[in-house]
Amino acid sequence: MPDALLETRALNAFYGDFQALFDVSVTVAPGEVLAIIGANGAGKTTLMRSVAGLLTNAADMVAFKGRPIGSMRADQVAQLGIAMVPEGRQLFPSLSVEENLVIGGQVGRSGPWTLRAVYALFPVLEERRDMPPTTLSGGQQQMVAIGRALMANPEMLLFDEISLGLAPIVIKSIYDALPEIIREGTSAIIVEQDITKAIAVSDRVYCLQEGRIALESASADASRDAIARAYFGT
Amino acid sequence: MEWVNAIVQGVLLGGLYALFAAGLSLIFGVMRLVNIAHGDLIVLAAYLGLTTTIALGVHPLTSLMIAVPAMAAIGYVLQRGVLNRTLGDDILPPLLVTFGLSVIIQNGLLEIYTADSQKMNAGAIETASLEVTGGISLGVLPLIMFATAVAVIAGLQLVFYRTALGRAFRATSDNQDIAQLMGLNKAHVFGLAMALSLAVVGIAGVFLGIRTSFDPAIGPGRLIFGFEAVIIGGLGNLWGTLAGGIILGVSQNIGAQIHPGWQTLAGHLAFLFVLAVRPRGLFPRIEG
Repeated sequence: MPDALLETRALNAFYGDFQALFDVSVTVAPGEVLAIIGANGAGKTTLMRSVAGLLTNAADMVAFKGRPIGSMRADQVAQLGIAMVPEGRQLFPSLSVEENLVIGGQVGRSGPWTLRAVYALFPVLEERRDMPPTTLSGGQQQMVAIGRALMANPEMLLFDEISLGLAPIVIKSIYDALPEIIREGTSAIIVEQDITKAIAVSDRVYCLQEGRIALESASADASRDAIARAYFGT
Repeated sequence: MEWVNAIVQGVLLGGLYALFAAGLSLIFGVMRLVNIAHGDLIVLAAYLGLTTTIALGVHPLTSLMIAVPAMAAIGYVLQRGVLNRTLGDDILPPLLVTFGLSVIIQNGLLEIYTADSQKMNAGAIETASLEVTGGISLGVLPLIMFATAVAVIAGLQLVFYRTALGRAFRATSDNQDIAQLMGLNKAHVFGLAMALSLAVVGIAGVFLGIRTSFDPAIGPGRLIFGFEAVIIGGLGNLWGTLAGGIILGVSQNIGAQIHPGWQTLAGHLAFLFVLAVRPRGLFPRIEG
């Protein structure tokens, strides 16, 4: 893998004494969209937190553009161009909708995503710009969370459980917007419980099971049976 | 008329108490840190002002130019070097460490400056006053202090709600992990919050040293006044803190009017009354 944008190399991640990931090696090429699937507790979110720097590991266990970032703090990782849409949205309740977006751009990376571009993508947010995010619907909050990550003009976007807790129609509209969100050149890792959705939007898929990679496949080639076996470990 | 006068003077005194309280309120709001050494840092700032005044031969108000930035620098270093290490899920370590800091500052000051009372001499401005109708006169110095307190509160409010720094403060206060994802280094953000807090302490300390005599042991008393102003006003509300300071100042002066020995007691009673009737303070921040 000479040209991987992001890779984890035999990543072993721990919460205290508890080991959540075992020898997890994944690679993402520039422009590639990766899906990570797996049951609850399989280690998907741990993998996301390890990449984003919220969980620090040995330096060389995570590399971005060939540079070891495994032991960097999250704010340092963010400056390099990795942005995350966290599980459960996690907006800042004390900030208005617009402030939530602006703070996402605070890393100071220039690129196509500006406040104007985010409002063009999600016009409803412009109408609600001065409201606290707690007054928004779940789907609108997810738009703010996505917009906040985009404002950093990242090269690598991490989506952790984007459809969790949202109505099916809202999930559909967010997935419809994904191609525009993940523009050319931007890579993404999507963690998703909805396997059909994950396969449909991704180039390759990894399935985690109890902290280990149980399946790696091109999304187009992944059969339902193989995924089911990897998912449940049967 | 004596009573009206007591109330007016109490309002002006309240400005000073609001200055004691604002920095306390700010760091509690940003990082949930209760700084037991806050009062001693106010006294440290007073001594810093005194030393500047003597060493450079400048007016006490001019010493603010040195005391305020010096206190801000101390705040940043203190936060990055010591206090950040104590922050976590457990609220006890920062309490213990700042308590220890309080003891260190008191004894350090005692060692350097002795237990003798000191006071900064502001000259003619101390006795200057404006005659308002009907026998009420307002001291120019207390007026300056009150106006400064209002300006400081307004300035903090502006910083908090209108600047990138304030946005970082609020975001970090909401969710430290996610704030880190936005490229904010929380250790630095906390350092800036403490620097801002101690800059206000710098102003409060110099004003204290001009207004009354001070010695190394009076810090904890100023801490109590600051706490009371914050709690009366409601946590997390800066204008409430100003109102809390005024209520405390007015209560103390009314108490003193009844009997000179009742000054401090009356302030504490007002505080207890508010705590009993409105445990969250008079103007709590509206939580979503």
